[in-house]
Amino acid sequence: MKLMNCPLNGPRPVLEFAFGGELRAMPDPDRASDAQWADYVWNRNGAPGVKREWWCHVPSGFWFIAERDTLRDVVIATYPCEAVLR
Amino acid sequence: MPYRLLKFALSRRHPEPRMFRVPAALKPAYDVVIIGAGGHGLAAAYYLARDHGIRNVAVLEKGYLGGGNTGRNTTIIRSNYLTPEGVRFYDESLRLWRDLATDFDLNLFYSQRGHFTLAHTDAAMRTMRWRAEVNKHLGVKSEAVDAAFVKRAIPMIDMECGGHAPILGALYHEPGAIARHDAVAWGYGRGADRRGVEIHQQTEVTGIEVTGGRVVGVRTSRGRIATPKVLCAVAGYTPRILDMVGLRSPIYVHALQAMVSEAIKPWLDPIIVSGSLHVYLSQTARGELVMGASLDPYEVQNTRSTLDFAEGLAAHMLDLFPFLGDVKVVRQWAGLADMTPDFAPIMGTTPLEGFYLDSGWGTWGFKATPVCGKTMSHTVATGANHPLIRAFEFDRFERFELTGEKGAASVGH
Ligand SMILES: Cc1cc2nc3c(=O)[nH]c(=O)nc-3n(C[C@H](O)[C@H](O)[C@H](O)COP(=O)(O)OP(=O)(O)OC[C@H]3O[C@@H](n4cnc5c(N)ncnc54)[C@H](O)[C@@H]3O)c2cc1C
Repeated sequence: MKLMNCPLNGPRPVLEFAFGGELRAMPDPDRASDAQWADYVWNRNGAPGVKREWWCHVPSGFWFIAERDTLRDVVIATYPCEAVLR
Repeated sequence: MPYRLLKFALSRRHPEPRMFRVPAALKPAYDVVIIGAGGHGLAAAYYLARDHGIRNVAVLEKGYLGGGNTGRNTTIIRSNYLTPEGVRFYDESLRLWRDLATDFDLNLFYSQRGHFTLAHTDAAMRTMRWRAEVNKHLGVKSEAVDAAFVKRAIPMIDMECGGHAPILGALYHEPGAIARHDAVAWGYGRGADRRGVEIHQQTEVTGIEVTGGRVVGVRTSRGRIATPKVLCAVAGYTPRILDMVGLRSPIYVHALQAMVSEAIKPWLDPIIVSGSLHVYLSQTARGELVMGASLDPYEVQNTRSTLDFAEGLAAHMLDLFPFLGDVKVVRQWAGLADMTPDFAPIMGTTPLEGFYLDSGWGTWGFKATPVCGKTMSHTVATGANHPLIRAFEFDRFERFELTGEKGAASVGH
């Protein structure tokens, strides 16, 4: 079974986690043009690579960030989201 | 015994017939370059040559012909979608499927089975009635049926599903069918090849050359080619090609897995889908059970298989058919599904002149192979989107004009 290291609970089976998509910066809704806003709402970075992603440990409801290589499906690091939200 | 076979047996020479030529070198220029020798790319090449007289075409394939999702899917063909745009489009595909074997002079093992989408809740039953009405309105055979009808058609099914998801009824779609996927790629490939199209396997596109806002050529692992028109039909690899031309899209990629059992005595005629249990299933002419489930739960861009998938699918299979407990799974595999937010494809012209897309086929594009070839060849030949694909245009997201296909395409195939 594949394990993932939860920053709060330590290594847990990957089945306990939910994927929340890539971490993305939201443009200022008051200043963004329609095209910029549509780009933010719909468009994604669909090519493989090392990405920063939202993950949730479902039993404890804890959201955090994982750096993962989507081509090899290997988690490189996990850490609490405070580090990226400032 | 056919005369042809007798003559072959008595002759001294037994040449191994090839489906298509292996052209030696790339030409310096083509009228159209198609990226991806899956069913979609080959079908577009076939209709470009047959219907539009455009024969100076190269199909470039980084691996082998039909080795992508075309050769990995569970081959369910149906047209019982939810939106009128979807139903019309897939129904045209179904019409094309029926003549395809004659067109190709090749047996596609096209087998009409009838297709059940099981409903385990009142809400699902309501959606089935809705889909049935949309379908009937557009002349597609579909009906909402009750539990007794399901049990008569599939006597081996456990209608209680172990007690936790009783089957209330289903959407029944008589034209639902399965076909031999490899033969579809070979048939389109051979037909295109005979009309002058060149198929280059082991040839990867590594870049696309753009000058003054239009396509002028492609770079490949075997050298450069000049061309004014590129059709991108690469399924799960679409975002990588879009990155080459600097276009952004909503496409995201998850792996989709499937598995097949050992061959057992024929007991299942129709195709069965259960959205609630995340299962779809059919039995091949050889007796194997071909089984699939939902997408992998997170983004993955490689075709590894997982034990989680096999366990989850097996558990749901046993809910429906407890007697399969001793049947062995013999193979498991995955493909890369190019998903879109509205579960409809992204097709046609793009903001880049000369660059055409046939993408966003996710988990549901095998059935659409013929109609995609037809509509994309028209689009590439004329430069204007075919009327059947207008609802699937690249810029619909920017206009917030999504299709409403989600309810019918997510696990229904
Ligand atoms: C497990 C599974 C089950 C499915 N079940 C069904 C089903 O029951 N019914 C249904 O309708 N659909 C189903 N689908 C979806 C269906 O298989 C696909 O939508 C369809 O086959 C896509 O065909 P295609 O020709 O566009 O792509 P593919 O067959 O994937 O062909 C694309 C080709 O492009 C090549 N390529 C990629 N990048 C490059 C490059 N840079 N240069 C050159 N070549 C390149 C690839 O090697 C590949 O051969 C399923 C998919 C999967 C994975």
